[in-house]
Amino acid sequence: MGENTNIEKVNSFERQKNREEMKRQFILFASMIIFTILAFLLVAWDMDRTYVIPIIIVLAVIQVAFQFFYFMHMKDKGHEFVSILIYGGAWIAFVMAICFTTIIWW
Amino acid sequence: MSHDYSLNPEKLHEDPAKVTHEGKNKFIGLWVFLGGETVLFASLFATYLALKNSTAGGPSSQEIFGLELVFIMTMLLLTSSLTSVYAIYHMKNHNFRKMQLWFGITAFLGLGFLACEIYEFAHYITDYGFTFRSSAFGSAFYTLVGFHGGHVIVGMSWLIALMVRNAKRGLNLYNAPKYNTFALYWHFIDVVWVFIFTVVYLMGMVS
Repeated sequence: MGENTNIEKVNSFERQKNREEMKRQFILFASMIIFTILAFLLVAWDMDRTYVIPIIIVLAVIQVAFQFFYFMHMKDKGHEFVSILIYGGAWIAFVMAICFTTIIWW
Repeated sequence: MSHDYSLNPEKLHEDPAKVTHEGKNKFIGLWVFLGGETVLFASLFATYLALKNSTAGGPSSQEIFGLELVFIMTMLLLTSSLTSVYAIYHMKNHNFRKMQLWFGITAFLGLGFLACEIYEFAHYITDYGFTFRSSAFGSAFYTLVGFHGGHVIVGMSWLIALMVRNAKRGLNLYNAPKYNTFALYWHFIDVVWVFIFTVVYLMGMVS
């Protein structure tokens, strides 16, 4: 029990599948880095805030979607229940942000 | 214990983190926790958004934030997210040594992030006198960013404890779910940071 199993035992089909998945993950990571750099550049260039703020928020939402669906495998089978949890949390986050910024002020 | 946690060669095609009943429960349990975390951070973000202009004569976000350090921190945390994906990839291929190596790199990057954050807070306090008590903005800022930093500290302690405890055990069905839940938690920390650097730092810097 607890022996370090060797990689050869995993059949080659699965390994191939894992490798392709890994390639996809890396491409997603590269695109996330590009989105991040783009967001920082938009702010560094000091453009009009009416354009910059919506753009950087959209970039953040796309990055977060990549994290959840691909890095955390929410796109895979067996994630129906956990998706409900996260969508519920995201909805509460949205409602809270709207509420605190528009209804409550000092 | 009567449970047999050793890997069965005929079932190697399955994700070792989700073969046992316990593994499946750990997976669901962590996601329930993350759902709760989403609400926790939602309230902190909403509070920050409401209070970010209440500087009470103290320093404002435009005066203190610097893009360079935040960019370095973002790159460290984003890369650590990818390295934990690599670690889980090696876990699915039942390669324990490579999994430990990539989790080790993840820990290294996470500690780098923490060092930057400690430097950042110290810089605000000593150079600008910007503290938790400076203004409503200060309280909201340190609570939100500090809570995230606290999550990073917890994650680092968790990961290092896991790696040390299982260093000589090798990978089996008992510890694979533990590593998998850590990786999910770590991605979530990165998700929160994406919103922090966008909402707090970038939105705080556009004039």
